[in-house]
Amino acid sequence: MTASIASAPDAIVERIAERNDVATHRLRGGWRIVARKEFEDHIHSVRFVILVVLVSLAGLASVHSASGPIRDAANQATAVPSIFLYLFTLAPDRVPAFHEFIAILGPLLGIAFGFDAVNGERSQRTLPRLVAQPIHRDEVINGKFVAGLGAIALALGAVMAVVAAYGMLRLGIGPTTGEVIRMIAFFVVAVVYIALWLALATVLSVLTRRAATAALAGIAAWLVFTLFGGLIAGLVADTVHPVPTSNPTAEALLANARLEQNVRRFSPSELYQEATTVLLNPSKQSTGLVIEDTGAQALPSTLSLSESLVLAWWQVAALVGGVVALFAGAYAAFMRQEVRA
Amino acid sequence: MTRAITAPSALPSTEATEAAVPEHSIALETSDLTKRYGDRTAVDSLSLQIRRGEIFGLLGPNGAGKTTTILMLLGLTEPTGGTARVDGLDPRRDPLAVKSRVGYLPDDVGFYDDATARENLRYTARLNRLREPDATERIEYLLDQVGLSEVIDRRVRTFSRGMRQRLGLADALIKRPSILILDEPTVNIDPEGVRELLRFVRDLRDVEGMTVLLSSHLLHQVEEVCDRIGVFVSGKLAGLGTVSQLASQLDDAWVFELEVDPGPPGTPLREVLHAVPGVGNVGVDGRGRWTIDASHDVHAELFAAVAAAGFTVNHFVRRGADLDAIYHHYFTGRTA
Repeated sequence: MTASIASAPDAIVERIAERNDVATHRLRGGWRIVARKEFEDHIHSVRFVILVVLVSLAGLASVHSASGPIRDAANQATAVPSIFLYLFTLAPDRVPAFHEFIAILGPLLGIAFGFDAVNGERSQRTLPRLVAQPIHRDEVINGKFVAGLGAIALALGAVMAVVAAYGMLRLGIGPTTGEVIRMIAFFVVAVVYIALWLALATVLSVLTRRAATAALAGIAAWLVFTLFGGLIAGLVADTVHPVPTSNPTAEALLANARLEQNVRRFSPSELYQEATTVLLNPSKQSTGLVIEDTGAQALPSTLSLSESLVLAWWQVAALVGGVVALFAGAYAAFMRQEVRA
Repeated sequence: MTRAITAPSALPSTEATEAAVPEHSIALETSDLTKRYGDRTAVDSLSLQIRRGEIFGLLGPNGAGKTTTILMLLGLTEPTGGTARVDGLDPRRDPLAVKSRVGYLPDDVGFYDDATARENLRYTARLNRLREPDATERIEYLLDQVGLSEVIDRRVRTFSRGMRQRLGLADALIKRPSILILDEPTVNIDPEGVRELLRFVRDLRDVEGMTVLLSSHLLHQVEEVCDRIGVFVSGKLAGLGTVSQLASQLDDAWVFELEVDPGPPGTPLREVLHAVPGVGNVGVDGRGRWTIDASHDVHAELFAAVAAAGFTVNHFVRRGADLDAIYHHYFTGRTA
């Protein structure tokens, strides 16, 4: 083993150089290994099962309550467009519609798959060992984010499949091709919306030492935006553009409502709702102020998918921008941190 | 594999050979390596060469900058100045190549607690791009080597500290490294565990020609296994060489040990000792043993002064140039 080497220092140097070339070529794509491990961890975790069950139950409840009126409507007027999609948007009996449930529960999914991404490695003291393997440091956070996205997409996809299957059984009809495409569009927007919360949770997992702190901060943000967002928007609107209690003018009402909506749009759930309402409901012709009408009395004219996309594009773009900005923040913070902290 | 080129133990002295070592036989090298955190200098212009097939001990008290140095060698933290080289590669420019040939056992190593030993190592094997059958075989082989084959499918949550340490060693070896870096590997494991670990490390060097850098703050534990030792204090290299070389560097250090029976009341021994010209630091431990640093040989004067003050001397020696002296000299008693 030792005999041949002693005489040949040049050979050693060459061999090192050669090994090095092979190494750098062979060592690409480390984020995929990280993502694979994290994804497997996610889908085998208790939290994944709990969340899928929770969201499925919520979805089934909303679809169940929506399907009754849809059957009645379908019997009365066969010309109603996109009956199947009403499963996801119709909300009689005070049970929120499916897409509203996702607006409320989506953030939980995002937070659940991100809040311990980095601080979990720190508290288990696995980070130094992990980054000492032949991967770039950013591949750790990239892989984890991709794995979180994958887990979210899988969870939401599974729930939508269950819900759609149940709806088909209840209604006795399947979706048309156009409806399937709109459902896919809805799915993509919902994943982006949840990814925004995943990115927020990832930021928190980089900045906080303990996973519990990150989870609490994430849930606080969720409460503020999802539950109190409307209250805050209303307060701001009433302060800036107060509406007189006696004889309110149309201008005052409109100004108040406009401002309220614009303030609301700082909340990701508002952006998501505006976008998905348009995508799931071809007869919805504006994301702006309209006097709400239930779908059962749809307007006669409907929009094509591309027209709906035009209406929803800036909300989707804002959501994507939010994801990118938050993830960039998490990335930058993670890259600046010391391995040992 | 390359140990035929340099046999570290046969080298006469560090100074004479440093220049003669050919480049390809240097496994790890730092030159003027510096790391500052704000005002604090963790590593201060460290220049060090570690040869292939050598077990090098980086000795120093906690907070001396040992871990920071290791992280810079691995490219896990940016040096403020100077360079590090691993197999001639710059960890900043070729981090993946460096990390694929260096096995690293961090200080206080952690694992995914809910995963088994096998699963933890499989992840490391994947990150090192080992093929699946090869990885399976190697994981079983290494866990057998470190004595964990019985618990291979048990969750790491149930492991003791010693078991985690051994798992960490197996983890560091998965990638078939040519260089192994162990950060405080002997901390918090029992003496038998330490002996086993060091025997294992020596075997790695002897059989596989592995270069080993190990850091420790416990000279006693690691001196027998180290070919050379670098004494690292406050970010600076205070001494470098074999244990005997370090000891011989201390020949001009005059440290005396003294024990006395209680003398006349009201006579403080410390002042008596300080009154002797040439005496520097004076310390006393809990059992009443005094340690006296001096600038030259003052044993006659000391003896006379102590006797004149009315104390009876029980024990009085010049401390030999042994491990205790090295430790005392470099880590604790150092005065300018």
